[in-house]
Amino acid sequence: MFGAVLLLGILIMTFIVPLWYVKDPGDLIARPHLPPGSEGAPFLGTDNLGRDLLAIIVYGGRTTLRVAAGAAALIVFVGVTIGATAGYYGGWVDSALMRFTEFFQVLPGLLFAIVVVALFEPSFWAIAIAIGSISWPGIARLTRAEFLRLKNLEFVKAARAIGASDLRIIMRVILPNAMPTLIVSTTLIMGSAILFEAGLAFLGLADVNNPSWGLAIGRAKDFFTINWWAVTFPGLAIFATVLGLSLVGDGLQDALNPRLRGR
Amino acid sequence: METTPLVEVDDLCKVFPVAGGAKIHAVEHVSLHVGRSETLAVVGESGCGKSTLAHLIMRLLDPTSGTVTLDGAEISGLGSRAMRPHRRKMQIIFQDPFASLDPRRSVGSAVAEPMKVHKTLSGSALDDRVAALFERVGLEPDQAEQYPHQFSGGQRQRICIARALALEPELVVADEAVSALDVSIQAQVINLMMDLQQEMGLSYLFISHDLAVVERISHRVAVMYLGQIVELGPRAAIFENPQHSYTKRLLDAVPIADPRARRERPLLVGDIPSPRWAAGESPERVELVEHEPGHFVAAE
Repeated sequence: MFGAVLLLGILIMTFIVPLWYVKDPGDLIARPHLPPGSEGAPFLGTDNLGRDLLAIIVYGGRTTLRVAAGAAALIVFVGVTIGATAGYYGGWVDSALMRFTEFFQVLPGLLFAIVVVALFEPSFWAIAIAIGSISWPGIARLTRAEFLRLKNLEFVKAARAIGASDLRIIMRVILPNAMPTLIVSTTLIMGSAILFEAGLAFLGLADVNNPSWGLAIGRAKDFFTINWWAVTFPGLAIFATVLGLSLVGDGLQDALNPRLRGR
Repeated sequence: METTPLVEVDDLCKVFPVAGGAKIHAVEHVSLHVGRSETLAVVGESGCGKSTLAHLIMRLLDPTSGTVTLDGAEISGLGSRAMRPHRRKMQIIFQDPFASLDPRRSVGSAVAEPMKVHKTLSGSALDDRVAALFERVGLEPDQAEQYPHQFSGGQRQRICIARALALEPELVVADEAVSALDVSIQAQVINLMMDLQQEMGLSYLFISHDLAVVERISHRVAVMYLGQIVELGPRAAIFENPQHSYTKRLLDAVPIADPRARRERPLLVGDIPSPRWAAGESPERVELVEHEPGHFVAAE
């Protein structure tokens, strides 16, 4: 519940607040390093170039959340497709797909993402694909496990006896029953995608024309001794979002599991 | 056409490989047939391969060797697409009424599913058919909106029967269909199945370990032991004049309600031998001998 409120707050901040807090986060609006609350300073102070920190956080959230959502969508699509195929068909299909999955699983994630982003320009899609391509094995293995568990249950056999096609059984019979687990896992993956995006941006692997939380921290870190707020507030924003997602994931786990309901 | 049996199983084998090169011989050289409007019961204890046999006939498993012929067409070698038109002719009811319905789907949609898959009906005609099926199996049509967990075991098994009947099949395989139910509910479901047989001319392949139920519903009985049929014959012959020692022991194990009617009986002791064979070995094949017309017994 608290997680949902937290997450809703973040979403309002990043998508509703800009409707009336119309600022260009790139504008230099005051002297640099103005602490929050000081005279002439915007609400959260200014960064090392004199930009409005609140505007950076509000507009930067969009970039961060969009990249995370894009990456999560990619992860779920690839992971579920590969996991479902492997789990449902089994045999050599399963072996081949799982070796392929393990290949991605043993890649050093951050290094691989850095290479991908460095090879292409650090655009929205390049970053989303970089995060997606190293994070999908978890979902793939989870989906496979769920399919292995469900595919021999009698209601799945009944669907086969009826003559339902493989696609229909996968999409209409097994997947809906695997959904609770996958939804929970997806919320947690979004949290880690946000951390990943922030990590890449911190290292400078981000689209510099778009503000993002990680980028803001990365730029402000050199001035930490004289400007603590430019690091702290974007950091808190990341913290609150990831915490919110984790709590929502936890809550969903309880809500979607009938055995834990009402506890 | 009416003279050929609905289902003919010829020399069917199913061998499951297990780790280390050993093999489980689940079904060994089984040959049998199910006539039209006939109930053939397959009895035997747990692990004797009777469920595997049901799955092989339904083509939920692929046989290692041998053939299954349904209504004159051999189905044992068909791919899943070629199999589809034949699936309309046979349906299966499983043992566990709690596992055989999708928990996330209303029971009405579960019963409608076969007709959607085969595109036989749609729209309001489909709704009417679902309602009629619910009524036929003794449920209220307005219960179709509900979910499986809102029903009792017996009701769920009725829903499974409704689903199995949706495509008007000729063969219904009942794989321990009443074994998980209370005795009183068992009787109701058995009566329903027998009524449906009369009405629709269904054939049943009735897999069970419960001889009391089998005696009530079957026309003919096949006794399975370690994947092989050891005795096959009309119900009366099997129950009143069993020939094979295993059949006799199975019948002796049936509890008798009246204590005065009880007699000394040799109980089955120990587990049945394992159907697992090391690499290169295989079980000895038993030959069936016709003891009297239609009554076959394995030589001992």
